Amino acid sequence: MGEEIERLSTRLKTLRHEKRRHDAWLTVQIAREKDRPRTREYIALLIEGFEELKGDRLRADDRAIVGGLGWFEGQAVVVIGHQKGRTLDEQQMHNFGMARPEGYRKAQRLFRLAERHKLPIFTFVDTPGAYPGIAAEEGGQARAIAETMRNMARLSVPVIATVIGEGGSGGALALAVADRVLMQENATYSVISPEGCAAILWRDAEFAPQAAEALRPTASQLLALNVIERVVKEPRGGAQNNPENAANEVRQALRETLAELVAIDPAARRAQRRERFRKLGAFSEGSVAGAVINALPSLSPRPQRDF
Amino acid sequence: MSVTVEIGRRDDRPPVPPGGAGWSCPKCHQPADPAAVRANLQVCPACGYHLRIGARERIAQLVDQGGFRERWAALKTLDPLEFTDLETYPERLREAQAKTGLTEAIVAGTATIASVQCVLAVMDFGFMGGSMGSVVGEKLWRAAEMAATEGLPLVAVCTSGGARMQEGILSLMQMAKTTCAVDVINEAGVPFVAVLADPCTGGVVASFATLADICVAEPGALLYFSGPRVIAETTKEELPADFGTAERNLALGHLDAVVARTELRDKLANYLRLLEGGGTPERIRARRARSRSPRGLVDATARRAKALAAHARRPFGRGDREAVYTPQDIEA
Repeated sequence: MGEEIERLSTRLKTLRHEKRRHDAWLTVQIAREKDRPRTREYIALLIEGFEELKGDRLRADDRAIVGGLGWFEGQAVVVIGHQKGRTLDEQQMHNFGMARPEGYRKAQRLFRLAERHKLPIFTFVDTPGAYPGIAAEEGGQARAIAETMRNMARLSVPVIATVIGEGGSGGALALAVADRVLMQENATYSVISPEGCAAILWRDAEFAPQAAEALRPTASQLLALNVIERVVKEPRGGAQNNPENAANEVRQALRETLAELVAIDPAARRAQRRERFRKLGAFSEGSVAGAVINALPSLSPRPQRDF
Repeated sequence: MSVTVEIGRRDDRPPVPPGGAGWSCPKCHQPADPAAVRANLQVCPACGYHLRIGARERIAQLVDQGGFRERWAALKTLDPLEFTDLETYPERLREAQAKTGLTEAIVAGTATIASVQCVLAVMDFGFMGGSMGSVVGEKLWRAAEMAATEGLPLVAVCTSGGARMQEGILSLMQMAKTTCAVDVINEAGVPFVAVLADPCTGGVVASFATLADICVAEPGALLYFSGPRVIAETTKEELPADFGTAERNLALGHLDAVVARTELRDKLANYLRLLEGGGTPERIRARRARSRSPRGLVDATARRAKALAAHARRPFGRGDREAVYTPQDIEA
């Protein structure tokens, strides 16, 4: 009897583990779903009278990032987002949502525009990552991303980022140093793609499902880590099954979040934004293990491993 | 996608260990006396090839005798994701700790470099590829905060493969956190100088390191956001032989200078003195006192601007006229 219980509980553990892996990997697939609504679809559904504003004012217009002005429920806003495209032609035109330095510099100049005219900013995050090309590297990709983050951190206007698909590493974070980060139920946000992680740590990209599980990239997991403030519901099976419905959920989340942010004094908002990012991380301090654990909710009933 | 650890192409830069008989340079293959190489700061005496060095050795090379006091050493790494790949994260950490004798990939504290007081943070590539996790981010934050409140300049020696995958998204967030830390230093008006050593890539170059007031690199150091492997796989582009080197980055305008290790200490001290106003110790102390009250610095700058704007000999300047600058203008 005791043996049987042991056997079954081990089996249950294995199955739960399998399910977690399956869930994480499935979410990665849905986040990348070809027909999933992209930034442009959300702009069309949420923003009235959108006027696209192109170019970085230096050398180019990067179509992997779209931006412009429009009305959100009667409030003029600046919208900036990665654009992936749906058909192959669109995807190529938008470089699969992988921005170059020009794209990040376009975002920066739109931040300045918003700041000058006191307009709230909505960003939409949907990128596999910053474009890894020679010209992008040599055009200052690293510094462009760093500056974009810095400029975003300094804004005095309200900023809300919404992760709507893939939140791929630094290229995603560059548009997400926001007062509040929202995330759709089936979106992912991660330090590296599961394939990239598997290739390095497992030395084989085939282990991507395992890496996806280990990285904990789903909205509910990130909510538990305080990396995002809110999970935005999606229609059954994913946003692609009913874009209008998905957009309505995003609309409601944006409306409520914006109302909350507008009520805060600009200087305080900026200070709180900085504090938000300062607190992110997990460490302990002092001789008593775990005496000070910084902003760390427990992911499982097990105690934190400390070393 | 590519923020994360991609170990540099060259794993052939281990420092010359103490003792040992024969040594020959991995680049020029010239044999040399290990003691001479060490005395030359782990730079090949024949060809100038810079070997990688750990944080402790770097600190010893830069600071004055007895001029370093480590801080925040009690910060401990946790395993928030309970991350396991082929090994668990705690196993990987223990190995790194045993190998380097460090607790984390960064050592920070107060230092004196050629008589200039500063806060010094030094990364160690030998510790899990110098990857940036929560403790690295927190130490950088505290170093920046201390620099700002004490009115001391910050020097960061950076060598890193990028964000630490084992802490997942929390590592990515350290990019934003350290970027905000630079803002803290900038607002206090204290200097921040970054030295990029081989290799410095991914999330570290795309955050605090390249936001420094002065950003220099060691000769031959590889610096990039996306690595050659990722670029080749994604774009099939053919990489130039010197892709990502400090020298190429200098030519492209991404660095202020390439500084040989043998000159680094004096250069750093010079940069700090210049950024601090190049004055006598009294002047530096006075500036520090002002920067302790953030308002003081702005007011002093504004007073000076006002005085200059109103200077009688300034073209179109009118001695009696209210200056066009207000403290707010200066601040913005």
